[in-house]
Amino acid sequence: MADVDETLKRIESHKGVIGTILVNGDGIPVRTTLDNSTTSQYARLLRSFTALASSAVRDVDPQNDLTFVRIRSKKHEIMVAPENNNLLIVIQNPCE
Amino acid sequence: MPVYNNNAAAQGKKGSDVHKGAGAKVPKASIKKKDEEALDVAEGADERTNVKANMKPANQVQLTEAELKEEITRVLTANNPHAPQNIVRYSFKERSYKSTSVVDHLAVHFVLEGSLLHKDSEEARRLRIRDGLCKEPAPTENKAESEEDHAETPATPVEDRGEGEEAGEEERPDSAASRPDKKQAKITNQFNFSERASQSHNNPSRDRSCQTEPPQRVTFSATANQWEIYDAYLEELQKQEKSKEKQKTTLLKKDDKSKKKMTQVETQGDDLTKVRMVSKIMERMVIQNIMDDIAQDFKYYEDPSDEYRDPEGTLLPLWTFHYDQVRNLSVTALSWNNKYQDLFAVGLGSYDFSKQEGGMLLLYTLKNPAFPEYIYSTDSGVLCLDIHPQHSHLVAVGLYDGCVAVYNLKKKPHPVYKSTAKTGKHTDPVWQVRWQNDDLDNNHIFYSVSSDSRVVSWTLVKNELIFTDIIRLSVNGGVSDGPDGAQLSNISRGTSFDFHKQIDYLFLVGTEEGKIHKCSKTYSSQFLETYDAHSMPVDAVKWNHFHPDIFISCSSDWTVKIWDHTVKTPLFIYDLGTAVGDVAWSPYSSTVLAAVTTDRKVHVFDLNINKHEPLCQQPVVAKKKTKLTHIEFNPIHPIIIVGDDRGDVTSLKLSPNLRKKPKSKKGQEQPKGSEAEVAKMDKLLSLLKEPELSTV
Repeated sequence: MADVDETLKRIESHKGVIGTILVNGDGIPVRTTLDNSTTSQYARLLRSFTALASSAVRDVDPQNDLTFVRIRSKKHEIMVAPENNNLLIVIQNPCE
Repeated sequence: MPVYNNNAAAQGKKGSDVHKGAGAKVPKASIKKKDEEALDVAEGADERTNVKANMKPANQVQLTEAELKEEITRVLTANNPHAPQNIVRYSFKERSYKSTSVVDHLAVHFVLEGSLLHKDSEEARRLRIRDGLCKEPAPTENKAESEEDHAETPATPVEDRGEGEEAGEEERPDSAASRPDKKQAKITNQFNFSERASQSHNNPSRDRSCQTEPPQRVTFSATANQWEIYDAYLEELQKQEKSKEKQKTTLLKKDDKSKKKMTQVETQGDDLTKVRMVSKIMERMVIQNIMDDIAQDFKYYEDPSDEYRDPEGTLLPLWTFHYDQVRNLSVTALSWNNKYQDLFAVGLGSYDFSKQEGGMLLLYTLKNPAFPEYIYSTDSGVLCLDIHPQHSHLVAVGLYDGCVAVYNLKKKPHPVYKSTAKTGKHTDPVWQVRWQNDDLDNNHIFYSVSSDSRVVSWTLVKNELIFTDIIRLSVNGGVSDGPDGAQLSNISRGTSFDFHKQIDYLFLVGTEEGKIHKCSKTYSSQFLETYDAHSMPVDAVKWNHFHPDIFISCSSDWTVKIWDHTVKTPLFIYDLGTAVGDVAWSPYSSTVLAAVTTDRKVHVFDLNINKHEPLCQQPVVAKKKTKLTHIEFNPIHPIIIVGDDRGDVTSLKLSPNLRKKPKSKKGQEQPKGSEAEVAKMDKLLSLLKEPELSTV
């Protein structure tokens, strides 16, 4: 568990990372580096988005599953990694 | 009445019987009849009472004498003036309204119904009979009558509605049966029949209702997708399998209990453990984003300037692998993983005899250059390591204090195996370890060479390491006399070794004295061959990946030498200017090799292109004082990793010139893989031998 904690801390401290949110199975943000309103907004929106993406992937081939979703927008990049209903969301500004 | 007269006069012919009474007053009224005003009626009546005085009212119509004497006839008829004269009836026959002239002129003024009955009518006869009966028993009759009355009155109102007199008559004969022939049925008539009704009190109705709380409504929605169906089927399948297993393992109840405990513990785990995998993936993605250009270069960049710089090539620096806690240590060993070709192991320790601190074993992956995947620390410096070619989770490590250890990356307690003083550990640092094929019992074996002049094979049997001395290295194979008469065995210290790729028992050992011995696993005391290689300890000796006869050696005496094991003298000698730390053959070509020197340069040679000069000589590390210690080629990617004495590993990409494959002539088929390489080498060698022959 400690190494997971370390990994998350490292992610948070990497260059360009704006924020990190860890959402548990009930949709409640467990760990975050952003403010409350932004966190809950991201958690809520990305949860349904990830469910939709996963449904799309699995609908085509049920043995397949979603591992990672990246949304590249003008300002930054939102990365979502799902696992067992948990979500790890990282918002990064790739330096260019 | 005078009004009616006026009407009659207007009609001219009609009157009524009633008016006969009024006819007496006609003469007076005749005067009045001339009055046409209705208001005069009241005044006329008043005048009549006053009598005698003939007063002319003010508004009397003034008539002339002739008009006054005019005679007006009045006729009394028997017509009813009230009878309607304009009755119109609809005739269905003619389908139109027709006026009927037949009108009834009878006016009824008064009706009184009498109670007289004709004596011969039925009613009268009945009454007579009854009266006849009643006459004889007078006093008792009254009582009976009264009783009957009482009996009747409750009966009659009940029966009155439906049945009327008939029901009453029926009852009466019944009641009269007790008094036969005396009584007649009582007839209800309007005098002694009374209907009595009573209404019970209606209870006021009151609404009473009770409302419970409705059950909570929850909207439920679901989708039926391909994957939901698939998941449902999988669950079913798993349930079936579990039930089958339970049937089979009913005896092993203890195991089940322990399994249950296991599952409980797992579910109690913290949230963070669930995201372990995901956080790893995420970290890699984040770093890939940050180092996006490097990743792109790694994959796709081919130096275009190579076309102009033929035959020279360059090395493009990619990632640098740095771990903060290893600043004082130098890289002492590098090894790529065969199965996961982005994973490599770094052994860290110290070459300095005086500065011996702990050591570390790190495993990095190219996917995450920022942080090692696995970190193990050891008591003493790691000097060498080897990853098992087939079981890539086993890592053999040789330490400075002479111990060898085996780490199992999958299992927790580290290291899994470790040799101790009792179990035959070396008395001097272990310089090289190599995995070999499994023995007959399918136990894993690895070999180690150390400065204590032993080459030892270690077998992993269950939880232990069992060692077997393979060979004792000694100079001259014998014992020489020392100064005090004590017998000194002239041992030579091994510093490196390598096993032949194809021939299992054949291996080479490089020693501190600079000699290379060709040995066999089966002969424990004698060498097959000895080569006088270098003047300083042989740092590395490596067989060629393709050609079975060629091997390379490097030493701190600044030279790199290429040998054919059948020939005692080296085929090629390269002087690199400073002490050579390590040399490596490339896995993709039999003629490409790379060497690192302490002046932080990497030298890449391709014998096929240029036998004497390196294709590339490039410093790869920034700081001037760092020495490069080890080099390894990646099995599939065109990358080399270079370790230095600061604990960093630099990865570099080989430019296209350095990875050239021999051009095939048109029409010739390109032979594949190792055969081509062997052929290439052979060609080289043949070229070599010819000038040798010619000079000789």
